[in-house]
Amino acid sequence: MPLLWSVRAKEERYSEPYPSSLEEIGLATPAGLPLKRTALNAAHKVAGARMVEFGGWEMPVEYSGIIQEHVAVRTRAGLFDVSHMGEIEARGPAALPLLQFVTSNDVARLKTGQAQYSALMYPEGSAVDDCLVHRLGEGHYLLCVNAANTDKDFNWITRHNTQFGADVRNVSANYAQLALQGPLAATILAKVTPIDLSSIKYYWFTHGECCGVEGLLARTGYTGEDGFEFYFPPAQADLVWSALLGAGQPEGLIPAGLGARNTLRLEAAYPLYGHELDEETTLLEANLGWICKLEKGEFLGRDTLLKQRSEGTRKKLVGFEMEDRNIGRDGYPVAIEGEVCGRVTSGSMAPFLKKNIGLAYVPPHCAEPGREIQVEIRGRFAAARIVPLPFYKRRSQEPGVRSQNEEKKD
Amino acid sequence: MAYPPEFLYTKEHEWIRVDESVGTIGITDHAQKELGDIVFVELPKPGDRVTAKETFGTVESVKAVSDLYSPVTGDVTAVNSKLQDNPELLNSDPHDAAWLIRVRLKDRTETESLMTADQYEAYIQSAAH
Repeated sequence: MPLLWSVRAKEERYSEPYPSSLEEIGLATPAGLPLKRTALNAAHKVAGARMVEFGGWEMPVEYSGIIQEHVAVRTRAGLFDVSHMGEIEARGPAALPLLQFVTSNDVARLKTGQAQYSALMYPEGSAVDDCLVHRLGEGHYLLCVNAANTDKDFNWITRHNTQFGADVRNVSANYAQLALQGPLAATILAKVTPIDLSSIKYYWFTHGECCGVEGLLARTGYTGEDGFEFYFPPAQADLVWSALLGAGQPEGLIPAGLGARNTLRLEAAYPLYGHELDEETTLLEANLGWICKLEKGEFLGRDTLLKQRSEGTRKKLVGFEMEDRNIGRDGYPVAIEGEVCGRVTSGSMAPFLKKNIGLAYVPPHCAEPGREIQVEIRGRFAAARIVPLPFYKRRSQEPGVRSQNEEKKD
Repeated sequence: MAYPPEFLYTKEHEWIRVDESVGTIGITDHAQKELGDIVFVELPKPGDRVTAKETFGTVESVKAVSDLYSPVTGDVTAVNSKLQDNPELLNSDPHDAAWLIRVRLKDRTETESLMTADQYEAYIQSAAH
């Protein structure tokens, strides 16, 4: 097991002390098992990536630098290896009722070729994981789930499948997955696929060829930009990776790692499981009421969500901006009028917005935009302010419509 | 980037340049590479006391907070104000324009245990894989 340089982040673990000076850490999962590698592991190293442990995988956190990669995705395009994500397939006449029962969103609304953002549910109204549900055909669905939760999700679905009897398989090993994200993503992709990209709307997908390789091409992503995710056999990973980077060179396409993936999703205020979502937090508390279709019929957690909808929640997720240059990071306590009453779930310097932003849970009655809060940073309270979400919204595809960010710049 | 021979180096990747009784302290090129894009630095104020082997501030990259360890004991005489607005200077010029603090040394013998440039280069070679 090679020892690799890594900078350990305090925000990744709430209970550990602040990191000491730069130190070498051995990379291994808590169980002592070797890290999993995607098919592009060698390609990342050749591209100069700094590799880190993430969810039991050895993944690239950055190549040329988080800020550069983040800005590239917002202004041109970036290419992410997200092959560590998991895929679970559900088939048969019982697939729909099974998924309706274990997820929060209304699976019956999906047409073939359509995807939806959803959550696998606990009876407590909280998420086992957040996920994408794709309808491949009648009685045929593909879920894309978080890397760290793949086994947990599969086991959870399987356990509840005993009452349904669908054919459920963990097919993660069958897929490599690349995300091409940014305003120039479609321009670049059009060079290497016969698929008419203008016919794929946001959150729709199709089967077809990309760089000569058959796969599933979806107009989805986790960056807040236009973009695509391509699911295809891992044996072709090097080929597709190189072909896309080559095709995108004139447009300034660069590889982007998990560091930029995190700062991008944070600017877009997308939740990250383990931070904004966990087993103790209901979907309503996490501002995900929009993916809870309480009228669809019975599903795990529905009762709790109904109760919270009428009685209120215990906490509420808000966005905040730091007043000064210091950074309120994951896990830091949040205080209102000097009294600690919440916690930062994700906080970082935002490379495109050039501000320090974050998401935090606070008591519901304190959650209005404009409210002054304090974030405790190394024993001292730092000033911050609750702001409306999202922090960043991309320019609309329709001409003549400008995003709030563009207006601010003038 | 070469490691200036007139500096002394610590295992925590700080450098110090001693002129008479004043030491100028910074982080090494190796440190800034490991940290990635630096976005914030927290430093003491002039007049504060720093102690050898103890933390005197933090340097933050996008993803992490790292402590800064003082190689020597003494009183801070100057703090680099450029780093407030331009922390990224630490990435581009860690050995010169992005010095962190200046300290009046209490005990010059403390520098005897520090590494020379050659020793530091060997140290970072041996730790890397």
